[in-house]
Amino acid sequence: MTDVMHNFELYQPASLADAQELLGDHDDAWIIAGGKDSLDWFKHRVKQPSVLVDIAAIPELHGIREEADGGLYIGAMTTLTEVAESDLVNARFPALAMAASKVASPQIRNAGTLGGNVAQDTRCTYYRDGFPCYRAGGNTCYANTPTAMNREHTLFEASRCVAVTPSDTGVALAALGATFHIQGRRRDREVSADEFFIGPDVDIERMTSLEHRDILLGIRVPGTWAGAHQYFEKVADRNAWDFALVNIAMAARMEGGAIAEVSMVCGAVQCTPRRLTDVESLIVGETPGEELETLVKRVASSGAKPLNYNHFKIPLMENLAARAVRSLV
Amino acid sequence: MSKVHVTTTVNGDAVEFLADPRETLLDCLRDHVGLTGTKEGCGTGDCGACSVEMEGVLVCSCLVLGVEANGKRVDTIEGMSDGHDLHPLQRKFIEHAALQCGFCTPGFLVAAKALLARSPDPTEEEVRYWLAGNLCRCTGYDKIVRAVMDAAAEMRQEAA
Repeated sequence: MTDVMHNFELYQPASLADAQELLGDHDDAWIIAGGKDSLDWFKHRVKQPSVLVDIAAIPELHGIREEADGGLYIGAMTTLTEVAESDLVNARFPALAMAASKVASPQIRNAGTLGGNVAQDTRCTYYRDGFPCYRAGGNTCYANTPTAMNREHTLFEASRCVAVTPSDTGVALAALGATFHIQGRRRDREVSADEFFIGPDVDIERMTSLEHRDILLGIRVPGTWAGAHQYFEKVADRNAWDFALVNIAMAARMEGGAIAEVSMVCGAVQCTPRRLTDVESLIVGETPGEELETLVKRVASSGAKPLNYNHFKIPLMENLAARAVRSLV
Repeated sequence: MSKVHVTTTVNGDAVEFLADPRETLLDCLRDHVGLTGTKEGCGTGDCGACSVEMEGVLVCSCLVLGVEANGKRVDTIEGMSDGHDLHPLQRKFIEHAALQCGFCTPGFLVAAKALLARSPDPTEEEVRYWLAGNLCRCTGYDKIVRAVMDAAAEMRQEAA
């Protein structure tokens, strides 16, 4: 059930400097981008920050720019529709365009942003319903009990919390080696997907390394994989709208019929996008085909520790990895 | 917090109202502007009953703050017919009986209109994917999809 939102003060700064000042003045300020995840939290009255900083009016956070190395810089406030329909993104990074086009519905993609999609919170129903779990500052996990419904939860890297990353674009960006440009209180920094997405072992109450007073300015996709073969696939309960049960992104280069270079990342199987390093090292130098697919399926999910109701994610993950390899034939 | 003065254009008419910052665009349209055609189904962006166009872009008005509409153009279901004749989509929804309780219908019509504006000759698959963010619990969608395809065909003929 949703409710009227709590009372908050809303600021709509037109410059980054003003936004930083507001964040400095208010300790529980909450940055709102497209608001798709934020308003959901507020309407359920689970999170009630007293101050909202809407960053939509800051011009430098919008748009897609070409970079000298053949890559792209995408402002954090660029909408998912703009990413999905951009000629530049489609020509260079089709896996990202495809991932953006698979998020939710047209209505959500039109207002939801790339920055918001990678920074959104997890979808664990217990956490989102306001259960006082580890992630919410409590001392138990409601999703990992003998009777809990956890078909959407982790296969890997659980650490007290078993919630998974909900982002489709985050998985594509991780596969493409993107970096996340963050303005902090004192200086700007640019971090890789490995550092941007964090698991519960690093901080159980956050999904990303963004801290108070950090603003995600944009995402740089380097030229490394521009124009290379790319693949993205998402499996969800519904063929549209839904969050992924498992998704996969791959970028690869072929040389003389063999796989020369590859980057493969799976989503919704752990708290962060999961790089399939075992698969990568297995298939480099090999020729794609049925034989290789059989081997890929054997290693893709090695080490998985399913919960009570999510064993189905193991074959799902194995088949997605095999299908990604098949796309190279 | 004090209310915010919002000046906007709704269905071509200049409109102004005072909005509490926590009111959604949907709340503002229904409670301040008096346009109750736009419905609240879920309030969380799942059902699309609150679909409107803001600056020509289809959005869920329940997930947009009313103050975000300041200075922008908003188009709702009330602006769909010209005041005399129904829009072809509206007519085809009636002809195909593409509604029963009618609660989802304004959202479907606004969403379908946005689709036909960008893709006048959509495939059935395209229609189904585009309307994936609109839920109907009565008709089972087939009639809605047929109505949209039929309206698209008629609108293409009119345009030719």
